[in-house]
Amino acid sequence: MELTGAEITIRCLQDEGVEYVFGYPGGAVLFIYDALFNQDKVKHILVRHEQAAVHAADGYARSTEKVGVALVTSGPGVTNAVTGIATAYMDSIPMVVISGQVPTGAIGEDAFQEVDTVGITRPCVKHNFLVKDVKDIASTIKKAFYLAKSGRPGPVLVDIPKDISIAKAEYDYPKNVSIRSYNPQVKADATAIKQAAELLLSAKRPVIYTGGGVILSDAAKPLTELVRGLGYPCVSTLMGLGGYPETDKLFLGMPGMHGTLEANLGMQNCDVLLAVGARFDDRVIGNVSHFNSVPRKIIHIDIDPASISKRVQVDVALVGDVKEVVKELQAALKSVKQKPDAAAQADWWKQIGEWRGRNSLAYKNSTEVIKPQYVVEKLYEITKGEAFVTSDVGQHQMWAAQYYKFDEPRRWINSGGLGTMGFGLPAAMGVKLAHPKADVACITGEGSIQMCIQELSTCKQFRLPIKVLSLNNRYLGMVRQWQEFFHGNRYAESYMDALPDFVKLAEAYGHVGIRVVNPADVEGAIKEAFARKNELVFMDFQTDPTENVFPMVPGGKGLSDIIMAEDL
Amino acid sequence: MRHIISLLMENEAGALSRVAGLFSARGYNIESLTVATTEDPTMSRMTIVTSGSDDVIEQINKQLNKLIEVVQVMDLTEGEHIERELMLVKVKAEGAAREEMKRMADIFRGRIIDVTDATYTIELTGSGTKLDNFLQAIDRSLILETVRTGASGIGRGKRILKL
Repeated sequence: MELTGAEITIRCLQDEGVEYVFGYPGGAVLFIYDALFNQDKVKHILVRHEQAAVHAADGYARSTEKVGVALVTSGPGVTNAVTGIATAYMDSIPMVVISGQVPTGAIGEDAFQEVDTVGITRPCVKHNFLVKDVKDIASTIKKAFYLAKSGRPGPVLVDIPKDISIAKAEYDYPKNVSIRSYNPQVKADATAIKQAAELLLSAKRPVIYTGGGVILSDAAKPLTELVRGLGYPCVSTLMGLGGYPETDKLFLGMPGMHGTLEANLGMQNCDVLLAVGARFDDRVIGNVSHFNSVPRKIIHIDIDPASISKRVQVDVALVGDVKEVVKELQAALKSVKQKPDAAAQADWWKQIGEWRGRNSLAYKNSTEVIKPQYVVEKLYEITKGEAFVTSDVGQHQMWAAQYYKFDEPRRWINSGGLGTMGFGLPAAMGVKLAHPKADVACITGEGSIQMCIQELSTCKQFRLPIKVLSLNNRYLGMVRQWQEFFHGNRYAESYMDALPDFVKLAEAYGHVGIRVVNPADVEGAIKEAFARKNELVFMDFQTDPTENVFPMVPGGKGLSDIIMAEDL
Repeated sequence: MRHIISLLMENEAGALSRVAGLFSARGYNIESLTVATTEDPTMSRMTIVTSGSDDVIEQINKQLNKLIEVVQVMDLTEGEHIERELMLVKVKAEGAAREEMKRMADIFRGRIIDVTDATYTIELTGSGTKLDNFLQAIDRSLILETVRTGASGIGRGKRILKL
């Protein structure tokens, strides 16, 4: 039987096992929405802005092993989605975005709600397609899912013109897909693996540096075994948190601009660095030439050959899927007779112990004013470290990363690469749908939350009892911090005048709002919020406006130029 | 250093803009870029002349390989290769200059492919340097118009770029 292109599109999603589609209807996708209406396998979540649809699909994908799916209309539907797509692209999140397009005959005529979707999204997708024949819809969607989740994952966009969604064809969803020009390497070169194993065992001051690739490849378990087997210190980037248990004694914290002293000095002073699914980002290693000024051997595991020696030259490249390669490396380590140099390790751990002893995350708590770090610590305690935590971007994001200790992968959901304010709330919606029984907290600030606050309405419609913890310091805190340090205290436009009453705002959307002004009330408020199982609770914490994030490696500086709170 | 990168890619709409977009987005140089369908109509072959440090060229190769529609990439300058470019030059050819222009075209093994009372159009192939040299050798004031294809390249002997 022949189906319309719209029906085929929805059938493809069903056959891919898609549970949720996050979207917003419009002219060019009316027929697709009609096909969606006539079935109940794929559930649609109506957001209030297309950016949120993509972030929600993204949060869903990050917290599961599945591909997130978003559906948007042509023109402004797509341009609104671009921020979300770029966010997913920078963090390599598997996602399929289906967009409507004006009818093929109207393309290029500046039709109503027409944009060059393939052109606009090209630099921020793994790949994109414009479907020009209804017969190609099924094979294109199959390819899109395959590309999104294989190799280095990423968002893939499929643009479907309205007339193609109306035209009819036989439906046949391909079982297999093969693309002759696309064959990601999964297993690393055996000689290089052996070389890496020998190098690791000869290390005197080793560090294992893990990134988002560990999470994406579901490699947390084999990685943990590898690290424990060697007994080497481990650090995780902002994207990698939870890939190795943070409460473990081998864990030194997060390296980078707001990383711990021991993680940063460990990275800087090690003699052998094993990078696992991490990409030597500027926010992690700081100044490249400063980083390179210390001789060290680098082993780099990454599925993307283009990540190898992009910013820092590496000595042993292990191109392949992180999970596979870590397992292969583990096997190789067992076959090498050599054992780690115990005396050197003892010295190295002694040095690390000294750095650790300086307790770089210490902060001065107060009984007068709420310290933002304290809120995150209390959240960690009350949720027993088991919540899914999303964040927006800024100071609160760094405090969340520093003070919530993630022992499991896929629990920490944030926009690391693109740094997208407005990400946290919609991402939390995707997480909550994927894990309805789990506690989902969104740590945000009064600046970020207002970038997608309309999603409180979506949360009401779909009964998503997310707990929003807004660290409200009445400033765009990270901007203010940089202005204080590097711009002579000139707070250009970083002050948020005329803030709404967030409690009333939450109530207006049909949720519960709690304002917390006194440090003594923090714990009670969080407990109450989580006790309200079926309600979204918006906690407006009035935090210390002068608090800064420490430690800090100033932009363009080296890791050993780290500034501690005690230095000021 | 100057590099000539050859690649095979799917002959699909938009594939060229992915390559061009990659170069502009990442700030790589393009000296010239030529593309045409191969004997296999599903595949196009592109020759890109670029320049950069070894690190940059390595990244260019990797980033090109990463494009989904790119089937194979070869840096021709890493081995023995042949490079050719085609140029058409329209020149003033009147009076004494007419004979001189014919002589110069012969010296450079060019062919005059269009003749009018007042002009010649000369077809010249060779390396980019040879074409530059021709333009320098003739009287510049006689040049009316030039058009160049940019370099195409091929590996020597057994160096073959084919699926």
